[in-house]
Amino acid sequence: MSIKRKACIVGAFEHPTRKAPDKSVAQLHAEVARGALLDAGLTKDDIDGYFCAGDAPGLGPLSLVDYMGLKVRHVDSTETGGSSYVVHVAHAAEAIALGKCDVALVTLAGRPRSEGSVGTQPRNYGSGAPDVAFELPYGLATANGYAMVARRHMHEFGTTSEQLAWIKVAASHHAQHNEHAMLRDVVTVEDVVTSPMIADPLHRLDCCVVSDGGGALIVARPEIAKQLNRPLVNILGAGESPKGQDGGKLDITTSGAAWSGPAAFAEAGLKPADIQYASIYDSFTITVLMQLEDLGFCRKGEGGKFVADGNLISGSGKLPFNTDGGGLCNNHPANRGGMTKVIEAVRQLRGEAHPGVQVPNCSLALAQGMGGNLGSRHGSATVIMERG
Amino acid sequence: MTNVEERTITAPPANPENARYFEAAGKGVLLVGKCNDCGEYHFYPRVMCPHCFSDQTEWVSAKGSGTVYTYSTMRRGVPAPYTIAYVTLDEGVSMMTNIVDCDTDALRIGDRVRLVFKTAEDGTAVPMFTRVDG
Repeated sequence: MSIKRKACIVGAFEHPTRKAPDKSVAQLHAEVARGALLDAGLTKDDIDGYFCAGDAPGLGPLSLVDYMGLKVRHVDSTETGGSSYVVHVAHAAEAIALGKCDVALVTLAGRPRSEGSVGTQPRNYGSGAPDVAFELPYGLATANGYAMVARRHMHEFGTTSEQLAWIKVAASHHAQHNEHAMLRDVVTVEDVVTSPMIADPLHRLDCCVVSDGGGALIVARPEIAKQLNRPLVNILGAGESPKGQDGGKLDITTSGAAWSGPAAFAEAGLKPADIQYASIYDSFTITVLMQLEDLGFCRKGEGGKFVADGNLISGSGKLPFNTDGGGLCNNHPANRGGMTKVIEAVRQLRGEAHPGVQVPNCSLALAQGMGGNLGSRHGSATVIMERG
Repeated sequence: MTNVEERTITAPPANPENARYFEAAGKGVLLVGKCNDCGEYHFYPRVMCPHCFSDQTEWVSAKGSGTVYTYSTMRRGVPAPYTIAYVTLDEGVSMMTNIVDCDTDALRIGDRVRLVFKTAEDGTAVPMFTRVDG
């Protein structure tokens, strides 16, 4: 059994805020849910499945189903960090294919900017997490975890800071067109490599923004999707893969995308060269480079050459990516970028991206998420979609 | 040159499974997991072998020498710079650690390192490494 064309994304909404000190997290969840319903042309009572992850306050789906007044017959709170929402799209399609629900709502929201979260502070997951005692004393944070991946990638494959910088440069070219983006100035390779060193070899401009806000998606049965007055977006295939330290047999330069990607392409019956637009999780520049290699857009170790010279810039490069400006320039709500990856892919497939970045006749798109920490343990998720 | 002494080392959150590891560290011993069924080492040490899922594991003393697998020095947003790393022990498994008491700006992947211990804020001994050549 496959999810291919068994479900459609019918609603997508990205909260326009980037700083929300006066809103509750639950309120942000409700606001993005309402936005996605209006986008789809559906009402709250049409929803019979609800999906959320670790950003949801309280008892997750129990708290938010009750808060929003939903009446659902299916819930899923799969938590794979920032990639959770890419997983949720796939799980919603599975639930719909199995008849467990007809219209699924997925929400994400958070306020890390208002709450002072930064990527240089270690995260303490508590003494019950089996790994934490072996990592917290060493100051593992988000930035230096990814920096260790970048350092090893440079060592094994000769990747340079200038090549990584091209990823930020491409994102900035796209963000200039996005009125909601946190960083709208176009930057150069020199700007990136001369920005302050955060965790070497990653500079400030290799790192994503910290933003409040959120987003929501609505996934529905095709029969329902066809009754709505919106362009159809079919889900073709998906894959998910957690990867960690393998008991100390470390292979830090390969991500879970090496498994989630091929699974998604196999289910969709497609290959990387078929993809016209790719949303690639961009917590850091190195995150993008690793996933492009592991998804098969280029060979392992050749990501540096692939991203250089503007190859990811819409209109001039071969693989337009993150045309909203991505996490690097636009938005990284709740420190979880998977949701906005799917939303921009939906915009592209509908032809509703900004004219300055819209891929002409975009009919096949991929959204790739990477949650957790690439330097310790992470969850990769891939979804492939088509314009119906 | 970074100086770890300026940085408070967060105490490792204790639980019933890891207490033995930090007791050994207090005696100057770095424990790694070894499976008596599949023969493989693992890190961090645990009761069940993560390779073959046997419960016939023992925690054995590592030689305390290894090579730098990767590293990064945090330079912004923290009270004092510090260097996080993965070190591949001579037993063949890699562990997260800090590189201390040496010129970390001159550090390179593949450098030989040896075990030292630093004291966390609660007095727990934490295994770290320093470059053999200083």
